[in-house]
Amino acid sequence: MSATPISPINVRFAGLGGTGVIRASDIFADVAFRQGHTVKKAEVHGMSQRGGSVQSDVRFGAEVHSPMIPDGACDFLVVLEPTQVEVVRGGLRPGGVLLAPADIPAGKLPTSKALNVALLGRLSRHFDFPEQAWRASLRMHFNEKLHAANNQAFDLGRNS
Amino acid sequence: MHPSQDPSGRLLLSGNEAVALSALHCGVALGTGYPGTPSTEILEGFSALGGKAQWAPNEKVAAEVALGAAFARARVLCTMKHVGLNVAADVLFTMTYSGVDGGYVLVVADDPGMASSQNEQDSRRYAEAAAAPMFEPADSQEAYDLLHTAFEVSERWQIPVLFRLTTRVSHSKSPVTPRFPLDALFPATGAPQPEFVRNIAGRVMVPGHAKPAHKRLRAKLADLQEWNEAEGPNRVERRSAALGVITSGISYHHVREAAPDASILKLGLSHPLPMKTLRDFASSVERCVVIEENDPWLATTCRAAGLAVEAKDDTIFRFGELNVDRVRRILAHDSSPEPEPPRGRPPELCAGCPHRSSFEVMKELDCIVSGDIGCYTLAALPPIAAMDMMIDMGAAVGMGLGLRHVLPRAQAKRVVSVIGDSTFLHGGLPGLVEMAYNPPETGHVLVILDNGTTAMTGQQEHPGTGRQLDGEATYQVSYEGMARAAGVTNVVTLNPIREKARFKELLAEALRKDELTVFIARSPCILAAGRIAAWEKERKAREAADAATPPCACDPDCGCGGPAGD
Repeated sequence: MSATPISPINVRFAGLGGTGVIRASDIFADVAFRQGHTVKKAEVHGMSQRGGSVQSDVRFGAEVHSPMIPDGACDFLVVLEPTQVEVVRGGLRPGGVLLAPADIPAGKLPTSKALNVALLGRLSRHFDFPEQAWRASLRMHFNEKLHAANNQAFDLGRNS
Repeated sequence: MHPSQDPSGRLLLSGNEAVALSALHCGVALGTGYPGTPSTEILEGFSALGGKAQWAPNEKVAAEVALGAAFARARVLCTMKHVGLNVAADVLFTMTYSGVDGGYVLVVADDPGMASSQNEQDSRRYAEAAAAPMFEPADSQEAYDLLHTAFEVSERWQIPVLFRLTTRVSHSKSPVTPRFPLDALFPATGAPQPEFVRNIAGRVMVPGHAKPAHKRLRAKLADLQEWNEAEGPNRVERRSAALGVITSGISYHHVREAAPDASILKLGLSHPLPMKTLRDFASSVERCVVIEENDPWLATTCRAAGLAVEAKDDTIFRFGELNVDRVRRILAHDSSPEPEPPRGRPPELCAGCPHRSSFEVMKELDCIVSGDIGCYTLAALPPIAAMDMMIDMGAAVGMGLGLRHVLPRAQAKRVVSVIGDSTFLHGGLPGLVEMAYNPPETGHVLVILDNGTTAMTGQQEHPGTGRQLDGEATYQVSYEGMARAAGVTNVVTLNPIREKARFKELLAEALRKDELTVFIARSPCILAAGRIAAWEKERKAREAADAATPPCACDPDCGCGGPAGD
């Protein structure tokens, strides 16, 4: 994906509270925004730490109106928890890209908590954002002691 | 707050973050409020940016603290969720009469669709009922810009102003170009110096003063309506003459996407409405539709004024928030059944949450539980399913007492009122007084679930934690002391996890007696426990250091506050 898309690119992150949905969507929105795109992002907070279903929508392009992705219009659907794949699959447009935990090689994650970062790595393949922009955003959004594990998880998603 | 910044200097901010930054740039001297989704992050953000922000025990107190500051000519921000405005309604309805000397913006965050609320009431009704101007930003940039306008209006007309956000404005992120650099602390904005100027006739709302005050208020609104017509923050976007849409707030963006060719009248100041602007717009298009979430307030007002506008089908679209798909349906007169959203997993109490233990005890004793608002409301859902009612903040106590007064003895003896620590201080305290003042014949049992934080909204401090909004140590309210002061003699404090068997034994005993008992079930929220433990350790270390410091050896006039030396 290159240049600035006219109609927005729609990326939805989904999972359960505590699986890193909000963090992953923050990082993705940050990377797209720093590349000069107009970005909007919508989610519902509140009960997100209580284990319920959580979704976060990120839309970017030259012009974005509603912050919420219309029904069945997701270009990318990034699901961070296996049980949620079927729950949210209907949001994907025909031909859209689904990224799920099964896409990450089993047993290779430095820590199970880093699944969201590994899936960001996998998502990164679909955009021409510079790799260092992703790495910089990861560093900014996590505690320093997690940087090494996150870089490893990002590599796993991006390069394996 | 470390927001993303793009190459042109725009910031990616949520609506709440934009309000916080704008408050700083407006020179707000004090921010006060009570936590409530989706409004909570405003004061947290303002504090993080260096503003003076504090949590009040409830919204009424917050609105009153803000009023005092505004009487003293300060710029003040007060924040709450929509149902919080019910608590603050008493002061709202009369502070519009008195007016203010400084700038007073009350941010109220509505929750269409009830993402995290007990109802979807529409605060625009309050603007009309209390005769307060109401701004409605549609995104983060407008939230930033309109707060500046709101303070200008408040100060020019000397009137408190409502600033309505909704969940999707508060919690959506979108680009903001601020007027000052992010780190500009209180740039020169002409904020007045606080000062007391006596004005008894203007601020003591006895009938003799309130009668002329009401007339002044209506005159201010009439004047403000003229300003709104001429230079208010409303915008007409001319596109197709076949379809025009009147809208405000987040609905504007849904409309832009759903009907890119429609002409739009977008309102920024929706009370007092610019009726002439509305009329001109409605008559300039072949078909004019009002798109608004929840109540048909705007459509009804337009129609009452004789404007030929369509309203949404309220048998369907009054419920829940709008989005692009629903706006398309409204415009297409499509009232066919909507697709059911996929059923996700509902939230539940965390593993290891102390509330689990407490509700297991009550369930084992077959209690009738009059409950309240907080994380623990999740105990009403399966598999625990041990809460029988929940209506509003503090209601647990009163509803439990009402049940006790009228139920047959055998059932009355099973009734327990259960309330969280922050909710107790917010609205339960008068219930405790009622419990001692009008005790049911069977007595009553009140359980205060003290997990040491306002857990539900993201672990905010409150008067029972001993810490202020920014973590600074302060006085700590004693629930035990309050219960005894109200006249309750049986006051039991225990840990519901470590002393679960004892809790069950003592609760069973309390239910048998025809007396009043207050339990404080104290065990920290597991999400906040680490932070609370670290703070406690720091406090103890500080107290030990203070105790070890020798008294000041100077003379009594030195002003150090310590005992004088020899």
